[in-house]
Amino acid sequence: MKVYRPKNLANALEIKATENVIPFAGGTDLMIKYRTTLGVRPNFPYPVLFLNDITQLKQIKIENGNIIIGSANTLTTILKDDRIPDILRTAISNMAAVTIRNIATIGGNICNSSPAGDTLPPLYALDAKVALSSQKTKRIIPIQDFIIGPGQNILADNEILTEIIIPQDKFDVQYYRKVGTRKAMSLSKLSMVGLVNKNNGRISDIRIAFGAVAPTVVRSRQIEEEIISASEQKANSLIHDILSKYAKLIRPIDDQRSTAQYRKEISLKLLTHFLAEQI
Amino acid sequence: MKSQNDKITFILNGEKVSYAGNPMDRLVDVLRENFEFTGVKEGCGEGECGACSVLLDGKNVPSCIIPVATVQNKEIYTVEGLREVKMFQILVNSFADAGAVQCGFCTPGMMISAYALLQSNNNPTDDEIREAISGNFCRCTGMNMIIEAIKLAVNRLGETE
Repeated sequence: MKVYRPKNLANALEIKATENVIPFAGGTDLMIKYRTTLGVRPNFPYPVLFLNDITQLKQIKIENGNIIIGSANTLTTILKDDRIPDILRTAISNMAAVTIRNIATIGGNICNSSPAGDTLPPLYALDAKVALSSQKTKRIIPIQDFIIGPGQNILADNEILTEIIIPQDKFDVQYYRKVGTRKAMSLSKLSMVGLVNKNNGRISDIRIAFGAVAPTVVRSRQIEEEIISASEQKANSLIHDILSKYAKLIRPIDDQRSTAQYRKEISLKLLTHFLAEQI
Repeated sequence: MKSQNDKITFILNGEKVSYAGNPMDRLVDVLRENFEFTGVKEGCGEGECGACSVLLDGKNVPSCIIPVATVQNKEIYTVEGLREVKMFQILVNSFADAGAVQCGFCTPGMMISAYALLQSNNNPTDDEIREAISGNFCRCTGMNMIIEAIKLAVNRLGETE
């Protein structure tokens, strides 16, 4: 089995540009995806490009009002860094368990692009962007434009996702709920993020995102704008109207973890709880 | 570009070792079959049960989903390598005294996670203990005896300081 273990990003980008390889950061999803059976090494269809020795991908820094997270940072590292937005760390604290978080990376969770990826709803709500680097270019793309379907994203063959860029906004209300079978090690049946800022008792900013209830994370800036512009009325008098708008966007499926009906019903109940009791 | 399939060198239980086999071989298999540290157990093979936990640069990780290539220049400890360590000996005795070992299959991984916790936190709360071993399954004890064992170890560590 051919593998590459580059020590710097330039080498990694050169390999990515010239050969069909599987980028490998923490590997917690890939090792399962290509696993064969107990006691046997996984069967990777292409050479593996390891990203875990590249220090450029492990930085966390503040620049121009943004926090910039290198894609190969582990979930544990992010959880322990109090410069990272609370809502993202809350979601991460509910992912897998310590053992997996010690190796799994944020870049991996994004590139896996699962509808149930638990870093995604907070990243959507925080207006995060991702940096996609090739040997000659660097594109900065909003996360909702990066992920285009279940397991699908726009990363080009010659690119590596290098950074996650998050504006350092503060929020008066931060709401996170994950619904899973048990507390640790569960994959989300659904999850919801709600963020609110208020000005003189009126909503000046609201962001709502749902995970695992549609092919990609559900966030509607249009509905959010409508809530803000109607905020001279109390948000809870508009709940019925808001719920019916989100109900059109929440299109879950039946799978081994849950049913479409359950996911939709609980999503709308969480939204009701958030709008009526948390704001 | 030339691929990098040269041998993997790392520190295993305090000794420098190298592995010249397939770089995608799973760490659990390399530890058990090549270095004969069979205290590392394979349970689920998906990183969820924690029986294969080892310390990787001081952090508890599931060795069944780690390719050996990624431990180049890193430090690995299994339970065998911790035998002479005082804190680990206290954990061993506390697990025995609290009845935290029944079939024993989860025990090495459980002790690795308990050890990783106590290394960074010498006075954990119940919730912190539960969180620390949340990646390790025990199907015999119902977990409570294990939590008691770790609390006992915390008390005994406090007495020895």
